[in-house]
Amino acid sequence: MSLVGARVLRKEDPRLLTGRATFVDDLLPANCTFAQFIVSEHAHADIRHIDISQALQIPGVLGVWTALDFRDYPDLPGGLPDLERPPLATGRVRWAGEPIAVVVAEDRYIAADAVAAVKIDYNVLPAVSTIRAALAPDAQLLFPQHGSNCLVTVPMLDDLDRAMEACDERAQLRVVNQRCAVVPIETMACLADWNIDGLTMWATFQAPHHLRNKVSAWLNIPQNQCRIITPNVGGGFGAKIVFAPEFFIMPLLSKWVGRPVKFSQSRTEAMLQMTHGRDQEHDLEVGFDRNGRIKALRMVVTQNLGAYADPTGLGLPVLTNWMAGGCYKIAKVQTAFRCVVTNTTPVAAYRGAGRPEATYAVERLVDLVARRTGIDPVEVRRRNFIEPQDFPYETHNKAVIYDSGNFPALMDECVRLLDYETERKRQEAFRNDSSKPLIGIGFSTWIEIAGFGPNGSLEGFGHLASWESTQIRIHPDGSATIFIGSAPHGQGTETIVSQIASDELGISFDRINIVYGDTGTVIQGIGTLGSRSTPMVGSATKVASQRLLERAKKIAGHLLEASEDDLVVADDSFSVRGTPGKKVGWADVALASFQPLRLPPELQAGTLEERLFHESPNFSYPSGAYGCVVEIDRRSGKVRVAKMVLIDDCGTVINPLLAEGQVHGGVAQGIAQALFEEMQYDPSTGQPITSNLIDYLIPSAPDLPNYIAGRVNTPCPNNPLGAKGIGESGAIGSPPAVVNAIVDALSHFGVEHIDMPVLPEKVWKVLSTATKGST
Amino acid sequence: MIPAPFTYLRVGSVQEALDALAEYGDDAKLLAGGHSLIPLMKYRLATPKVLIDISGIAELSGVTFEGDSLVIGAATRHAIVEHSPVVKEHCRLLAYTASLVGDPQVRNRGTIGGSVAHGDSASDLPVSLLAMDAQFTAQGRNGTRTIAAADFFVGFWQTALTPNEVLINIKVPLAKQRWSYQKFTIRSQDWATVSSAVYGNAVALGAMADIPIRARDVESALLQGADISQAALLADHNTSPSSDTRASSDYRRHLARVLTEDGLREALARN
Ligand SMILES: Cc1cc2nc3c(=O)[nH]c(=O)nc-3n(C[C@H](O)[C@H](O)[C@H](O)COP(=O)(O)OP(=O)(O)OC[C@H]3O[C@@H](n4cnc5c(N)ncnc54)[C@H](O)[C@@H]3O)c2cc1C
Repeated sequence: MSLVGARVLRKEDPRLLTGRATFVDDLLPANCTFAQFIVSEHAHADIRHIDISQALQIPGVLGVWTALDFRDYPDLPGGLPDLERPPLATGRVRWAGEPIAVVVAEDRYIAADAVAAVKIDYNVLPAVSTIRAALAPDAQLLFPQHGSNCLVTVPMLDDLDRAMEACDERAQLRVVNQRCAVVPIETMACLADWNIDGLTMWATFQAPHHLRNKVSAWLNIPQNQCRIITPNVGGGFGAKIVFAPEFFIMPLLSKWVGRPVKFSQSRTEAMLQMTHGRDQEHDLEVGFDRNGRIKALRMVVTQNLGAYADPTGLGLPVLTNWMAGGCYKIAKVQTAFRCVVTNTTPVAAYRGAGRPEATYAVERLVDLVARRTGIDPVEVRRRNFIEPQDFPYETHNKAVIYDSGNFPALMDECVRLLDYETERKRQEAFRNDSSKPLIGIGFSTWIEIAGFGPNGSLEGFGHLASWESTQIRIHPDGSATIFIGSAPHGQGTETIVSQIASDELGISFDRINIVYGDTGTVIQGIGTLGSRSTPMVGSATKVASQRLLERAKKIAGHLLEASEDDLVVADDSFSVRGTPGKKVGWADVALASFQPLRLPPELQAGTLEERLFHESPNFSYPSGAYGCVVEIDRRSGKVRVAKMVLIDDCGTVINPLLAEGQVHGGVAQGIAQALFEEMQYDPSTGQPITSNLIDYLIPSAPDLPNYIAGRVNTPCPNNPLGAKGIGESGAIGSPPAVVNAIVDALSHFGVEHIDMPVLPEKVWKVLSTATKGST
Repeated sequence: MIPAPFTYLRVGSVQEALDALAEYGDDAKLLAGGHSLIPLMKYRLATPKVLIDISGIAELSGVTFEGDSLVIGAATRHAIVEHSPVVKEHCRLLAYTASLVGDPQVRNRGTIGGSVAHGDSASDLPVSLLAMDAQFTAQGRNGTRTIAAADFFVGFWQTALTPNEVLINIKVPLAKQRWSYQKFTIRSQDWATVSSAVYGNAVALGAMADIPIRARDVESALLQGADISQAALLADHNTSPSSDTRASSDYRRHLARVLTEDGLREALARN
């Protein structure tokens, strides 16, 4: 029986669910010391003086270091030339929470006392905390040497004015994709131990080799003396591929104090220091005809980068522009973007990274077209879909060629499972009954770019390359260890890879284990990001398994005196087709592979080891149709998601249980963005006002609906598995479905748009104005 | 998120607690469930040098009768108040209100005395206790005194308790009145954006001022025979709600009216 496609329980769950998994902060080597940052209390200021003398007098404090101590080291990797982020604020602080100094002490408590004892004298500057403030003509500049707070501008090739004018109708929309905090359960943590033999650092990170490459270069030490271990990682969502200063500073501190140094953030530190996500403003225009056919689309994105240009932060508006056309056949699509710095936490990837923003924009526009033409939003989508026969489909951007999909089928299934007509009738009936909530129905049909990626795609973000590695090792007893370059942090990749390898090798699932997250044992790797692990490392493992099996069959054939072509492998043994009883166990084949006297002459001992760096010719393009029904309380304006239908097409599904889990989690984050979450700053001081989980509203289970899931499967043509990736789908597809439903519920009041997060008060304002207007 | 250094004392009786308070004066703080105090200490917004843990004092915990009152020890956990058959039978409003405090972990640690002594106007229990005209018993070195709920809450995070006093218990009337507690939250588990308690003819509001307050205009309108929807419109009279990331003061005023109307209707329906 094939394991690929089966609901196999997760290999990693027993250790995670019994509390026996090891996270960085669980590690406590002998003589460990503890580090904590002293961070800026102002959003924008020049540092006049740092007084560490009192802190140094506290017994148990081993030292306090400032930017001066790191002057021989470069700025943090990535970013823009001359505008890079220093490891510690140098001269100027650019956001409230930016690390200025670092203390190392015998324990966490002493470190915290020392932090409180460091006195910093600031010359406070005006803070610019919004895009608008940053672009004001007289705005205070974050980088005076650059002359503007706008660091990057990529204009349109053609302003589309002519194409727009040629349309029957056109509509403009301005949408804000608000700043979200990333909030993994495990905050940033690392433990650096630099001794005579070199550096070992345990870090909570999504890409250990990537970190190894950058840290060793920064420290100017050989890569073989820089070992990065990412043990169990409690969520990353993109913020854990960022080169945070702790990963560079802690090794040096360990060297300087001659002991291991541990750093672990509190939640508030994480809320201010881990990169945030989203934070784009879109100026959109769409041209269409009276039949709802979209002819032209224009998207101008303004990206708030926060205080420094993070390399992935710079990539966000690029991806948004790439995906501007959504799943629609639009003759003319033109895009532009600019990146602005503000006195806020830097912005980088957050689950979806640029694609949720694109999807939100297009899906809001399509609903606007439906509204303006009076045609049902489902019908408008159907009229504009790229058809199944159109694939591969070249988009407005030559980097983006959609591989496969079936949008009409997704839409049909979504409408069916949502029970669309019944819901419309209920909406109608409730609208005129003031004892009933207002009902709204919203859709989002979407496509995203995943499976990063083809050669060249990740290099732009500072990665070594874009392949992913696998290495399969058969032990003398026929069990297998697979080393994978992509280090998971909650995805269940151990399970997925074991399923694939088990099917190919005929070794049972429980006799396969997966090793990852250690540059000392895993050959090389890129990382878990961009919904790439299943398409990339899964494909790598499938092909490598097949290659290894060829040699294993040679050995089995030799032992059985049968032709290798007649062999079938299953259930940990090789048998000869058509000759019942003639078989040899995998264990014996594996044993023979280490015993030259039992090997066929063309093979050598240790032959059952295979490694592969899988390259992909294209990205993969997961897609879906999500439908949402909301109920709005007429008096308070509170929105309840009553129904959420999720039809996904991620190509071949390796494990439905895990695929659903990924979608559930992503949709939870998407609903959270639509209804609850927003990282906010005081507009005058730039002080964060949602820096803990009391004020930053992450929802919990009772705030979320039960999901109704369905599936359409168009296999990805670009990898041997046919898998597209599903890690980010939920977060990409769900926000516009929810907001479209809310706007739909309020449409009879003339509402055409409402910005996220749709807190009750926003809706109440609409409702109270509407009722005032009618009396 | 590490508190400033402090000494921890665990006391076994109210007398020991009072002695310790006298000894350490302003440097000391009583610790009950720790679910309000410890978060403040982690942010170093509170930096007591001595913590006097009263959560193990047997005489401070539990529910008893005294005349026509129910007496709830100050160190009684929310979960006990929520599930106690006695409270459920004789004071449903209180049991129900306790059931809405935070999540199960919070209710298993937090105490009713800590909740009122903390004096946060967005807390749940103080609002219902105010509607019930509960009596608070405080003990100092010179004996005990009784403070009426209407006099207990003084200002933002401030109560009538002096630093040398321990809150001993809270007395609520046994009279069975129609009741309701309405709590509006944006997420399911949260502090109230606004709350409204109805007990007999009394109406109290949470998060509508720096302390929990009575909606006196609603109460008198009802006494004068106004119907529920008219009376509820007065709910925001003499309130001073703040604006924050969850809600503006205008929206809070609106919610106060809505919740009060719902509360009055629900209470009536329970009659
Ligand atoms: C995650 C979370 C969610 C929460 N959600 C809610 C909610 O939805 N609604 C709500 O109402 N509350 C909520 N709370 C607060 C919770 O109810 C607290 O338990 C309560 O407010 C304080 O009680 P405590 O026993 O923990 O007091 P402590 O934190 O121990 O003490 C609080 C204050 O009271 C003083 N004190 C304590 N006992 C006495 C006494 N006997 N005499 C004199 N002074 C005393 C202390 O010195 C301190 O100043 C939440 C708390 C958390 C952590």
